[in-house]
Amino acid sequence: MQLTLWTYEGPPHIGAMRVATAMRGLHYVLHAPQGDTYADLLFTMIERHGARPPVTYTTFQARDLGSDTAEIFKQAAAAAYERFRPQAMIVGASCTAELLQDDPAGLSKALGLPIPVIPLELPAYQKKENWGASETFYRLVRTLAPAAPAPERPKASCNILGPTSLGFRHRDDLREVRGLLGDLGIAVNVVAPLGATPADLGRLGQAAFNVVLYPEVARNAAQWLEKTHGQPFVETAPIGVTGTTAFIEAVAALAGVDPAPVLQGEGSRLTWYARSVDSTYLTGKRVFVFGDATHAIAAARVAAREIGFSVVGLGTYSREFAREVRAEAALHGIEALITDDYLAVEAAIAAAQPELVLGTQMERHIAKRLGIPCAVISAPMHVQDVPARHAPQMGFEGANVLFDTFVHPLMMGLEEHLLAMFRDDPEFHDRVAPSHLGGRPREEAETAVVAAPVTAATPVVWSIEAERELKKVPFFVRGKARHNTERFARERALPLITVETLYDAKAHFSR
Amino acid sequence: MTALASPLPSAVPCGPEIRHERGQRAVFCGLTGIVWLHRKIQDAFFLVVGSRTCAHLIQSAAGVMIFAEPRFATAIIEERDLAGLADAHEELDRVVRRLLERRPDIKLLFLVGSCPSEVIKLDLGRAAARLSGTFAPDVRVLSYSGSGIETTFTQGEDACLAALVPDLPHSNDESLLVVGALADVVEDQFSRLFADLGIADVRFLPGRRAADRAPIGPKTRYLLAQPFLTDTARALEDRGATRIPAPFPLGAEGTTLWLAAAARAFGISPARLAAVTEAGRTRAARALQAHRASLSGRRVFFFPDSQLEVPLARFLSREMGAELIEVGTPYLHRGHLADDLALLPDGTRVTEGQSLDDQLDRCRAARPDLTVCGLGLANPLEAEDLATKWSIELLFTPIQGYEQAGDLAGLFTRPLARRARLEG
Repeated sequence: MQLTLWTYEGPPHIGAMRVATAMRGLHYVLHAPQGDTYADLLFTMIERHGARPPVTYTTFQARDLGSDTAEIFKQAAAAAYERFRPQAMIVGASCTAELLQDDPAGLSKALGLPIPVIPLELPAYQKKENWGASETFYRLVRTLAPAAPAPERPKASCNILGPTSLGFRHRDDLREVRGLLGDLGIAVNVVAPLGATPADLGRLGQAAFNVVLYPEVARNAAQWLEKTHGQPFVETAPIGVTGTTAFIEAVAALAGVDPAPVLQGEGSRLTWYARSVDSTYLTGKRVFVFGDATHAIAAARVAAREIGFSVVGLGTYSREFAREVRAEAALHGIEALITDDYLAVEAAIAAAQPELVLGTQMERHIAKRLGIPCAVISAPMHVQDVPARHAPQMGFEGANVLFDTFVHPLMMGLEEHLLAMFRDDPEFHDRVAPSHLGGRPREEAETAVVAAPVTAATPVVWSIEAERELKKVPFFVRGKARHNTERFARERALPLITVETLYDAKAHFSR
Repeated sequence: MTALASPLPSAVPCGPEIRHERGQRAVFCGLTGIVWLHRKIQDAFFLVVGSRTCAHLIQSAAGVMIFAEPRFATAIIEERDLAGLADAHEELDRVVRRLLERRPDIKLLFLVGSCPSEVIKLDLGRAAARLSGTFAPDVRVLSYSGSGIETTFTQGEDACLAALVPDLPHSNDESLLVVGALADVVEDQFSRLFADLGIADVRFLPGRRAADRAPIGPKTRYLLAQPFLTDTARALEDRGATRIPAPFPLGAEGTTLWLAAAARAFGISPARLAAVTEAGRTRAARALQAHRASLSGRRVFFFPDSQLEVPLARFLSREMGAELIEVGTPYLHRGHLADDLALLPDGTRVTEGQSLDDQLDRCRAARPDLTVCGLGLANPLEAEDLATKWSIELLFTPIQGYEQAGDLAGLFTRPLARRARLEG
């Protein structure tokens, strides 16, 4: 048993729903009790879908357990076919129905429906949402893409695989990647699952190669297509300027087109903005990154190489991609955190003392409690992660979005310099509210909040002079200075923190 | 409505037309109640023993992650727990120990059963007794089932309160127990009204803190504040308490009839009741007046959700002049709802249970002016240009009593007013 306050991923049938809801002409019959229908609201409320997900739940009850839950499944599947007339159906069980062992696969086969019915085995007590999405997409592709390769395949043609419903910015990434491919002169044959019909999956073999946007969802399907249809695939995530450039080069090479015109185009503002002198203050900012594998790895790369941060923590809840995340962490000289335990992530962030957290909605809460700025870079999805505006993570526009996303939570650089320069100014020091707000003294709350949760361990005593000296440190780094000094003192078992200790600690930590 | 409502009809001559429906349901399971129960009992922790789905449900229903350090969590059953039950109990002990070490402020721990824990027959009652022994006297451990195969949405509160009843101390004194989670502000208003009526000993279930346990016994009379408390009522009657039949305190009329029932039971004169409630009735009438124009004559369709549907329909039809197309409810307790059912217009279509797609067909065909439904259905219906009120808000918002009557009406008029603005 695992104690869980928040979960990063839902159960695997939610992954199947993300695929089914993204597609058209597909229906999902899910053997599940009534409570599982909550999943509808993920799509209708978080993603604001204007239609119910194409899912029929059997909603069996306790009184049915003694009689015939299998019969309920058969009736539900038959009724769903009659009502929705889908091109294909997927059938399976959620966690409770899995325990009943009613065999949705056999039951639906017995119905003899005149459409492909694809049974899903999604072990709810072992696997999670992204695995479920990947397995569902793989099963669909395996069943619906004919084994015989298409005779005619234009070289400059590809499929885009991976975008789903309730995926982090999938809608906007797709538009961006379609644009890049269009500019390169590469035709997009099929996009799947998002927007595809089962019939479209039958046409997958007509493209020369596949573009995998999210390996969490589409790697298995792409590997199968490579093996059976001889389609190579590109898995380079076009996130950040470097990632996007590498992606363009990779697809251009497979398609036999010249990448130069696109690479010499407008590009991203990120490159210049990062070089602009006001970005100097970003240098070496300590950043902690956590999310799904694709977004965490990409965010770490962009943070370190394109913005000049120091990555002090990198982790993922995607255990299936632990190897990739560990390799990326090694490049930053750190060890990856592979866990889906929210409490372990919280402890790791507190220990790393980052100045910025790039994480999920969960890390946003952790960061808020620790008083650290945070930006959200990955699912699980929140209604805020489905903005009205175009806000991709991928492509050059995605790089622009990332620059803003990573930098805005931090205090702007020039502002920071000015604050330091004028910190003793009677109208400007940190104990006074801004003059346009009346300039009354303000409470010391902010810095106390920053320091308190982290330093709960051993009490250390500050001398009055040292406290006074600490107050001269700009308030936005004071929490960190306090923490570092106390840690320094504790490690050396110093009974009292003096002004000397403060500067010894400063020297020690600025190595 | 400043005058007292007319006395209730003694029998139902024609009454509503009640039908049953079976099929696909679109409702939450009883685990959802944790979302408001953990706010109500301020030192209680709710540990669901269930699957990843359970954890995901609560997180999604809880306003999508609003509480950074919630007082609820899930002990997720994994493959190896399914291998042997003895192991599952040891695992549960380990999880509870870790939890209570982290949260020394917790005084009452609920082990909440789920669909998978029911199906594998994990005995949480036994686990609760064992853990209570371990952690007494600092923490009491109780158990109930919020499983979706046994409970629908608000029935989770019923199961939780029923679990509290055997734990209440005994008393032979005359007392009034108000049963059902109410917002603190509503409780305080009712407390003042009962005090003014002259009912001395009034307690609420659940209490605001674990230690706040109302004594009950054969002279306890209880008044249900929520219509979904079947098991709780049975448990209270097992302890000798007797129910005061009444409509539910929604709207001015509902509140008056509810208070009147208590007054009658405690031998308080109608004159006293009229005097005590006058200010509240006047304010409620004024507040409701503002909303009546926009609800009068509006055609309303209820999908089954919270079991509040029947009293809400009664309020909308009698106090707001709305027309009821269909009143869906997941489960209908004919005894507890008798007084509300009797006040529905003759021939009102009440549907118990659900067949989702058929009901959606009926709703689309009727094109109601306002549809009260769960969160999963609201946006799809809005996209079909049907105004909706999502019903979970009716559980989170204080709606009972005189001072909230206007707010209750406002929950129904807001979607209409909003559409008018956006079309404006």
